Amino acid sequence: MTALLTIIVLVFILVAIWQMVKIFDLAQAKNENTGVATDKDNTMNGYLMMGFLAFIYVITIVCFVKWGDLPLMSNSASAHGPTIDNLMVISMVIIFIVQTITQFLLHYFAFKYKGEKGKKALFFADNNKLEAIWTIIPVIVLAGLIIYGLSTWINIMGVDESDDPLVVELYAQQFNWKARYGGADNTLGKANVRLIDIDRANILGLDEADPNAQDDVITTELHLPVGKPVLFKMRSQDVLHSAYMPHFRAQMNCVPGMITQFGFTPTVTTADMRETPQMKEKVKKINDIRVENSKPLLAKGEEPLEPYTFDYLLICNKICGKSHYNMQMKIVVETQEEYDAWIKEQKAFKNSLIN
Amino acid sequence: MSAHADTHAHDDDHGHHHKETFVTKYIFSQDHKMIAKQYLITGTIMGVIGVLMSMMFRMQIAWPEEPNVLFEALLGKWAPDGVMDADIYLALVTIHGTIMVFFVLTAGLSGTFSNLLIPLQIGARDMASGFLNMVSYWLFFLSSIIMVISLFVEAGPAAAGWTIYPPLSALPMAQGGSGMGMTLWLVSMAIFIASSLLGSLNYIVTVINLRTKGMSMTRLPLTIWAFFVTAIIGVVSFPVLLSAALLLIMDRSFGTSFFLSDIFIQGEVLHYQGGSPVLFEHLFWFLGHPEVYIVILPAMGLVSEIMASNSRKPIFGYRAMIASILAIAFLSTIVWGHHMFVSGMNPFLGSVFTFTTLLIAIPSAVKAFNWITTLWKGNLQMNPAMLFSIGFVSTFITGGLTGIILGDSALDINVHDTYFVVAHFHLVMGISALYGMFAGIYHWYPKMFGKMLNKNLGYIHFWITAICAYGVFFPMHFIGMAGLPRRYYTNSNFPLFDDLANVNVIITIFALIGGVVQIVYLYNFFVSIFFGKKAPQNPWKSTTLEWTAPVEHMHGNWPGEIPHVHRWAYDYSKPGHDVDFVPQNVPLKEGEEELQH
Repeated sequence: MTALLTIIVLVFILVAIWQMVKIFDLAQAKNENTGVATDKDNTMNGYLMMGFLAFIYVITIVCFVKWGDLPLMSNSASAHGPTIDNLMVISMVIIFIVQTITQFLLHYFAFKYKGEKGKKALFFADNNKLEAIWTIIPVIVLAGLIIYGLSTWINIMGVDESDDPLVVELYAQQFNWKARYGGADNTLGKANVRLIDIDRANILGLDEADPNAQDDVITTELHLPVGKPVLFKMRSQDVLHSAYMPHFRAQMNCVPGMITQFGFTPTVTTADMRETPQMKEKVKKINDIRVENSKPLLAKGEEPLEPYTFDYLLICNKICGKSHYNMQMKIVVETQEEYDAWIKEQKAFKNSLIN
Repeated sequence: MSAHADTHAHDDDHGHHHKETFVTKYIFSQDHKMIAKQYLITGTIMGVIGVLMSMMFRMQIAWPEEPNVLFEALLGKWAPDGVMDADIYLALVTIHGTIMVFFVLTAGLSGTFSNLLIPLQIGARDMASGFLNMVSYWLFFLSSIIMVISLFVEAGPAAAGWTIYPPLSALPMAQGGSGMGMTLWLVSMAIFIASSLLGSLNYIVTVINLRTKGMSMTRLPLTIWAFFVTAIIGVVSFPVLLSAALLLIMDRSFGTSFFLSDIFIQGEVLHYQGGSPVLFEHLFWFLGHPEVYIVILPAMGLVSEIMASNSRKPIFGYRAMIASILAIAFLSTIVWGHHMFVSGMNPFLGSVFTFTTLLIAIPSAVKAFNWITTLWKGNLQMNPAMLFSIGFVSTFITGGLTGIILGDSALDINVHDTYFVVAHFHLVMGISALYGMFAGIYHWYPKMFGKMLNKNLGYIHFWITAICAYGVFFPMHFIGMAGLPRRYYTNSNFPLFDDLANVNVIITIFALIGGVVQIVYLYNFFVSIFFGKKAPQNPWKSTTLEWTAPVEHMHGNWPGEIPHVHRWAYDYSKPGHDVDFVPQNVPLKEGEEELQH
C-alpha cells in the first residue's frame, strides 16, 4: 500500500516536472511572458481568491461537522471541566466570527480591486479613527477573555487543602506510570530516587524508616472515588514526563528533582461514562473501524484487534524517549464503596518489601 | 561629509574590480548581495532536507509501521525492512523543527533579505562591516554542515525534540540520540548563534549609521524597520540560548548539575543534585519565544512592502505599523512562560504570562487590519509575490487566532503539547514565514539575479501550496482538540484515537502533495538563474531605492553618487503625479506636501 503510494508520488513528481517544463517553454516561445502580471492574470487570480475563500469556508464547515463533536469537549469528567469547556466554546465562537469576517474582507478585496490598466488606486495612507477602532475592539474583547481566563485558571490551580483531598502520587519513569496512595493516614511517606532499592522491591525510593511510608500503597492502575477531591503529587525518576488526563481536563509535567501538583474532583464514574449516548456512539464507531482493520490481519492468519471498551486514561504528553508513544495508565473512577474494596486488596508498602 | 564618504567608497570600488577572482567574488565574498544569495541557497538546501523529513514522518503517522521503499532508501539501518524505527521518528521530528526554525526561517529568511535589502534600501554602498558579514555567513555554513553531519552519527541524531529539554537531551542512556548526535546539535547551534549575532550587530549598525542623505527613520521602508527590530530582538535573546546550550554542554560533559537532579535511570542513581529542568525551560524559551518573532517580523516587513507596491497604494497606517512592530518586539520578550503553564512553575506566574501573551493579539490585530485596508480600493497587481503576501495575511490570521486559546493558561491545560499546538504554530509562524520568504524571493529575484522568475510557475506554486497548507493544518486543530498528543510514533496503542486515523491520512496526503509541488518552485528558481528573461531595472514599478540601482551587480551598488531621499517609501498613486509611483529619490514638486506620517 505505502510502497504503491510512494511510486505514485514519484510518478506524480515526474509528470509534474514534465508539465512544468512544457508550460515554461510555451511561455518563453510566445515571448510575451515578461514575468509581470497582466490584466488577464489579475482577473484570473482575483477569481481564484474568491474560490480560495470558499475553500476556507468549506474546510471549516467540513471539519466542524465531521470532527467537531470534539469527543473530549462535550463530556468532561471533572468538576472544573465544564468551566474550561465553556471558556473554550466562548473563545471558539469569537475566533470563528473574527476568522469568517477578516478572511472574507481579505479575499473579497483581493477580488474586487484586482488591477486593471489605467486604473488608479486611492491614495489612502492613514485614518486615525479607523485605527483607533481596531485597536480598541480587540482590547475590549481580550480584556474580557483575560479576566474570564484568569479567574478560571486560579480556580483550577488553587488547591484547597481544607476539603481534605485524597492525596495520590503519580510516579513517572521511562515508559510507565505508577500511582501511590497515602494509605489510612492519607499521608505520603518521604521518598527520593536515591533510596530506590530494586532488590528489595522498593521501586519508588520510599524512606523505609518513615512511619508515614509504611502503609503507602503502590499500584499500576489509578482508582479514584467519584465526587471526592484528589490532589496529585507528580514525581519523575528520569526525564520529563507529563501527566495528561484529557477527560478530566488535567495536565501537569513530572519533573525529576521536584514535586509538582494538580488537583481535581472526578464527577463521572467509568461505568456511567460508558453509558452516555455520545460515548456509546463513539465506541461503536471505533469498534467498526477496528473490525474493518482486523480483516487484513485475519486474512494473514493473525489475531484480530481486540474490541475497544472505554476507559479513562493517563497518558504521557512530554517527549520522553523511544516508547513515549505507549506510556499510559488506566484510570478507574468508581463509587466510594468500590474504591474502598479495591484499596483494601492492595498491598501496603511495608508488606511489599522483599527482605 | 556624506559626499566625502561617497567618493571614498567609489575609489575603493575601482580598486576591487581589478583584483576580483572567482574565490573573492563567489565564495569568500564581502559583497552583501552575494552573501544574501549564499544565505538563500544554503537555506534552500536545508529547507529541502527539512521538508523531506516532514514528508517521511507524516507517512509514518498516516500508515504506521508499514514498510515503505522510501524509508528503506533514505533511512537505511533506521528502517529495517522499510519500517521506520521509533528512535528515528523522534530524530526526524527534532531535526525537522531545528532546521526549519533556525536554518531556513531565521538564517534563510532574515539572512537573505536583511543582507540584500538593508544597504540597497537605505542607500548604502555595503554593510557596515563586509568582513563580519562574510564571517557570519561562513559560520552559518559551518553550523549547517555540522547539523547535516549529525544525521549520520552511529547512535542517531538528536531526538529530544527541537526544544531539547533536559534530562532527556542530557543523558545518553535516556535516548540514543542524546549521545554524539546531541553534542553535534549543541555545537552546531552554538556556532549558529555566533553567526546570527554577528549578522544582527551588523544590521543594527548599518541601519543606524549608513542611511543616505534624507533617509530619516520615518522614511524607512517597513522592511528595514522589521529587519532592524528583528536584529535587536536577536541580540537580546540569542545569547540566552547560547548560555543555556553552554550550561547543558557542561551538564553533559563535565558533571555539573545546572539542569539535573535526583535521577535514577537504567538501574543506577546519577550523582546530579540540585539542578532544575525548569530552569532550562526558562532559558530556552527566553530565546524560543522571541525566536518566533525573529522569524515572523521580517516576513511581515517583506509583506508590507510587497502589498503596498502591488496594490499601488501606500501601506495603510505606516506609523501604526512601526508602533506595532515595536510593541510586538517588546512584548515578545516577556511572554516566554506561556510555553510553560504546566511545567510546574508557580501558577501565579502563569497568570502573568497569560496577561502579557494575550496583549500581543492587539498589535497583531492592528497589523492584520492595516494590511486588509491596504488592499481596499487598490489596483492590485496579482504577481506571485502579491499572492504569497495575501496568503501570508490569511494564514497569519487563521493561525494567530488560535493563539488566543493557547495563550490562555486555563485552556492550555488541555491542549498543551497536542496537535492543536502543532497546527497553531505551523500556520502562524511556519507557513506564514515561508509565504513571506517566497513573496520576498518572487519580488526581489530580479534584483538578486537580474532575471525574472516565470510567473505562471509561480501561480501554480502558490495555489497548490496554499490549498495544501490549509489542508494539512486546518484539520490538525481538531485532532488536537480531541486530545491527541504530538510526537507519538504511532497512535495504534490508543484505540481511543482510532477514529482520528483517517484525518491523519488526509493530512498526510495534503502534506505530500504540498511537499512535492515545491519542486516547481525549485525548478523555476534554478532554471531562471540561467535561462530566465532578463529583468528590467524596476519591474514592479516600486518606489524604494534598490530599484534605482543598476541590474548588473556592482560593488558599491550605485555607479557614481548614492541617491538622496526626498520622500517616504510609499508614494503610490499620489494625486498630482502622472505615474502611479514616485521613487524615494525624486525631489518633491513645487508646492507638493510630504505626508506627515
